[in-house]
Amino acid sequence: MSTSTTLEKPNTGTWDGGNEPFKASYGKLMMWFFLLSDAFTFGSFLIVYGLSRHKNLPYTGTPEAFTFSQEWWPIPEKVFNAFPGFHGLDLPLAFVALMTMILILSSVTMVLAVEAGHRMDKNDVQKWLLWTILFGSTFLGCQALEWSHFISGTEEGMILSNGTHIFGANLTINQYGPPLFADLFFFITGFHGTHVFSGVILLIIMFINTVNGTYQKRGHYEMVEKVGLYWHFVDLVWVFVFTFFYLI
Amino acid sequence: MGKLHIPEPEEALPGVELEDNQGLLQWISSVDHKQIGIMYLWMALFFMLLGGLGALLMRVQLAVPRNDLLSPEIYNQVFTMHGTTMIFLVATPAILGFSVYLSPLMIGANDMAFPRLNAFSFWIALCGGFLLYFSFLAGGAPDAGWFNYAPLNQRPYSPSPGIDYYCIGLLLAGSGTVATAVNLIVTVLKLRVPSMSLRELPVFVWMVLINSFLILAAFPSLNAALAMLLLDRQLQAHFFDIAGGGSSLLWQHLFWLFGHPEVYILILPAFGILSEVFQVFSRKPIFGYAFIVGSGMAIALLAFGVWIHHMFATGLGITVNGFFSASSLLIGIPTGVKIFSWLGTMWGGSLRFTTAMLFATAFLVEFTIGGLSGVSFAIVPIDWQLTDTYYVVAHLHYVFVGGSLFGLLAGLFYWFPKMSGKIIPEKQGKWFFWLFVIGFNMTFLIQHALGVLGMPRRVYTYPDLPNYTWMNMLSTAGAFIMGFSVLYLGFIIYKSIKSGKKAPDDPWNAYTLEWLTTSPPQLQNFKEVPPVKSFRPLRDLKQDNPNWQLQDDPWKID
Repeated sequence: MSTSTTLEKPNTGTWDGGNEPFKASYGKLMMWFFLLSDAFTFGSFLIVYGLSRHKNLPYTGTPEAFTFSQEWWPIPEKVFNAFPGFHGLDLPLAFVALMTMILILSSVTMVLAVEAGHRMDKNDVQKWLLWTILFGSTFLGCQALEWSHFISGTEEGMILSNGTHIFGANLTINQYGPPLFADLFFFITGFHGTHVFSGVILLIIMFINTVNGTYQKRGHYEMVEKVGLYWHFVDLVWVFVFTFFYLI
Repeated sequence: MGKLHIPEPEEALPGVELEDNQGLLQWISSVDHKQIGIMYLWMALFFMLLGGLGALLMRVQLAVPRNDLLSPEIYNQVFTMHGTTMIFLVATPAILGFSVYLSPLMIGANDMAFPRLNAFSFWIALCGGFLLYFSFLAGGAPDAGWFNYAPLNQRPYSPSPGIDYYCIGLLLAGSGTVATAVNLIVTVLKLRVPSMSLRELPVFVWMVLINSFLILAAFPSLNAALAMLLLDRQLQAHFFDIAGGGSSLLWQHLFWLFGHPEVYILILPAFGILSEVFQVFSRKPIFGYAFIVGSGMAIALLAFGVWIHHMFATGLGITVNGFFSASSLLIGIPTGVKIFSWLGTMWGGSLRFTTAMLFATAFLVEFTIGGLSGVSFAIVPIDWQLTDTYYVVAHLHYVFVGGSLFGLLAGLFYWFPKMSGKIIPEKQGKWFFWLFVIGFNMTFLIQHALGVLGMPRRVYTYPDLPNYTWMNMLSTAGAFIMGFSVLYLGFIIYKSIKSGKKAPDDPWNAYTLEWLTTSPPQLQNFKEVPPVKSFRPLRDLKQDNPNWQLQDDPWKID
């Protein structure tokens, strides 16, 4: 009942199958496919954004004459022009640019942490993970400020056609434009923020495990690499969110 | 010598230490793919009884004209829960159950890549199902149809919390399904025995792999829509609310961008099951392996380009309708390729009409009927005439029942000896088969005619128009035969498990690796596996060993 055929090298690891697609471990592969699915989720949101935006009228006048109105979709530079601590100044998109910068920096430090992991340099991994956690948390803090400003609104507010004066935004009504503008802003940046928050939690777990020497004992820092994939993905998504909400 | 040692996972997993005799506790804590697979199948059977009960209620209500057994409000809840249950809590768990049970066995692995995630997916799906049913106690079930169109799903039109439970329940079940899909993809790609190349995957595993990618891409759209709907209902957002600037059509786009692939998610694994069944009971390799796999991929890709055919009646314009009409007609090509592959497999084969094979053969007829009525919907004017009539109901039941469910039942009868270690007597299986087939066709064939006559679906009663009454009565009678046959199925499964004859390891003289294990398989599926040379590794092993002792065929000894 046995046959003698030449066989490829039998597998050696516990779970490693006989075939190594993309030379990636099963855990890393899983992260990739999860991210693929997550990308489709964000894709759906951004499609919804595109459709909703085109369903509403764009503003046709000159930028100087722009006023908030429920008739048309607002110009992002006019909505996001505040900077915490610089009250009254018109600094279009300055704050969100800073946030984006911070998030991109966190991607850089993440790369450095992964690279340190390849070198099995525990101290460097710790250092760069800490920086990434710091930048990630800063981004979340900035987002909280951004949201709170968006919710409380400007001093002028908007006067509706029936004479009521409204300030800021909630899911039902907002001073900037059609209700969907705020709905989508809260929903999509909120969903992204949740992703960043989960990422920070994961990074903290990575940091604790690194400090405890779990990965040093295991002989590789692949877990850091996998969380790194997630972190870069979240950054990449922000680039799209930023483009859709703030630039166009 | 010449065999490959298959290692057992190093770390002890929860549930592994428990003994067989610890009963329910051992099942609840299990991370073994076989136990989880079987629990998925029990879940499907359980919810099938609930969903079937809903179907019978509807048929009783519709048996005579102007019946007032069910109020319109209750009727809305019943048909919504029937559809939602059958799609999300019966068909989906059943295909996942087979996928999770069989994929590792067929590729010579000892478990899924992520056993704990596998258990998590099952339990979260089950909890999602229970939450959905909890809505009955919480003030009313969802009542806007299984596709839950806006604006009917908005608070003013459906003030009961049913649709909130629909959102949460399906979000949970959907997340579980996505996690299982990721798990299955990684398992198939990474855990195959060495020397099993992708061209040597059994057809069923190929379909599971393709299907998992389909799940990965389709479910996010549903999850996104459900999350937005929940915000609409709970926090007064306006995504789907026209009065607030939202778009109700958007819900249809998002839902069908998921919904149409979902139809194929439910049929592709059935195609895989049938491919295995046809091969084994025709004693021939599948006719056109590359074509049957390739057409599976084609169906998966086309699945994302046809969703508008559910929305022809919404007035999206001639160009859009024309494009999606053409793409929907294209689906007929790969599906037809598959039908011919199976016919080619049967052609000249040494056929054994076991219960499994009977279901597979009946599938060819029933699914072709469903496919043809589907093609008629791709033609826009016919769709306009027949949309929202019983013709749609007939069509979708011919593809879901005549297609998916017949395939799943073929799989159930084929793999039952392996899963339970017991044999269902062929005579009982065949009684069930004929009852089910007769009941099914009696219920739904006539609904084509009702639809052409103009009877609208989802309306709780109808006037006494010519022919309506006897046709509906016939349909109701058929539904009761079906209902009885499902009870009979439950009975023969129970009886076989309880006091059936012990099944041999390889009762059907099959081709794939799961039949190399004991019936039922040990916790560690394989200690060693023969080298794989084709997509029928067990058959190669038998061929290479002239002394191989074939086991008794229950089909003959019965």
